[in-house]
Amino acid sequence: MVPQELKYTKEHEWVRIEGGEAVFGITDHAQSELGDVTFVEFPDTGSEIKQFGSLATVESVKAASDIYAPLSGRILKVNEALRDKPEIINQSPYEEGWICRISVADAMEERNLMDASAYETYLKESG
Amino acid sequence: MVPFSGWNMPVQYTGIIEEHIHTRSKAGLFDICHMGEFFLKGPSAAKELDRLVTCRIDNLPAGRCRYGFLLNDSGGIIDDLIVFRISPEEFMIVVNAGTVAKDRAWIEEHISPGAVFTDSSGDIAKLDVQGPLSGEIMASLLNGQIIGDLKKYYFVRVNIQGVEILLSRTGYTGERGYELFFPATEAVRVWDILSAFDDVKPVGLGARDTLRMEMGYSLYGNDIDEAHTPFEANLARFVFMEKDFVGKEALLKQQREGIDRVLAGFICEGRRSARSHFAVSVEGRNVGEVTSGAFSPCLKRGMGLCYIEKEFVTEGREITLSPREPVQRPDRRTGIKASVKSIPVYKPRENERSQNGTPGT
Repeated sequence: MVPQELKYTKEHEWVRIEGGEAVFGITDHAQSELGDVTFVEFPDTGSEIKQFGSLATVESVKAASDIYAPLSGRILKVNEALRDKPEIINQSPYEEGWICRISVADAMEERNLMDASAYETYLKESG
Repeated sequence: MVPFSGWNMPVQYTGIIEEHIHTRSKAGLFDICHMGEFFLKGPSAAKELDRLVTCRIDNLPAGRCRYGFLLNDSGGIIDDLIVFRISPEEFMIVVNAGTVAKDRAWIEEHISPGAVFTDSSGDIAKLDVQGPLSGEIMASLLNGQIIGDLKKYYFVRVNIQGVEILLSRTGYTGERGYELFFPATEAVRVWDILSAFDDVKPVGLGARDTLRMEMGYSLYGNDIDEAHTPFEANLARFVFMEKDFVGKEALLKQQREGIDRVLAGFICEGRRSARSHFAVSVEGRNVGEVTSGAFSPCLKRGMGLCYIEKEFVTEGREITLSPREPVQRPDRRTGIKASVKSIPVYKPRENERSQNGTPGT
């Protein structure tokens, strides 16, 4: 079961939309595929991001994976706790392990995201 | 599970970091059945082998084993291996999984009919028990049979619950450890016997790789291959130059002419880790290439091995490691700050690192 109130991307990011702002991270499926997260490379605060553009990198012991922006906007804040304890992403992907908070540029872009049931179907179909 | 040299193998059971730390603190159990085992028998076997591998065979006593290389005529490494002298006229040769076919062809081509060669890779299972508690675990399994004095690079034949096992004090982790060779039909039973110990946890390929990398042990296909000689790989100590062997002429030539790049260890400034094929640069100039790179669970920093121009191999020399593929994000900090570090980059509590480990794949 994935959290019902969140929206999801095909690249396995989740996003929680809160008015004009949004918080996002990677899904439980993504963290389990990556294995132990060892490092997160954040974008600069204040930088502009485009929906589905690459904006951060999450490294695990064996590999590095790009993280894509679920929505266009501007980086307001990154999760500083992950600098020393990136394993929080493994332990709490939907809560403590959030990666960025952004200001949302275009609320209509939400239509390009999946809701929880669509994401669950997507997970099942991509096996 | 991932495909690996024709086998399906688990990258991890519970998590790479957890398995790595468990091996360094207690004991890890590794399924290494994929590796190849050859036998060479006959009155001329020792002589034949001495001509084929770089380590010295003539003075290797029965009950001991030695690490070395098969070289091609250019001195390039066909494989790294361990030769076990079972009796004066019988040897077991343990090789990497991915190289079994080419090793077999090479050896068969180079031996005289006096020595009998057998490839038993499919019939022999291999499980490794590695970690500071491995000695106690083996002792409790062996009851009266004495292994207390089994030193590194020695082996004995033992019987564990009816299974005849060749037990060697060897490994690929830098910890005290043992490797068990026995009939493949008993693999599941021996696995169950070993994993019944509370302190033993299964360890996958992922942690096997980070454990060997902390020790600076080369992995065939990554750090060593036919394009590199043992001298370039900084493994000259496993080459006995006072005898004749295939590839020696090329090594002598290299000794005379010198080498450009050598394999060296490095550690990164922080957690961000370089990976295989990252470029190594000094002051903007390309001076080498990363061949192994990962996060070190013990040091909590990036670590690895790279080929680098010889003049830069000094302790603490600052280097920059960068991905080769074009970077999409303009803000991305592409270069990782790192420094040359003598191996092992991490020193286990017990110093088990008098020699190299077994080949890795």
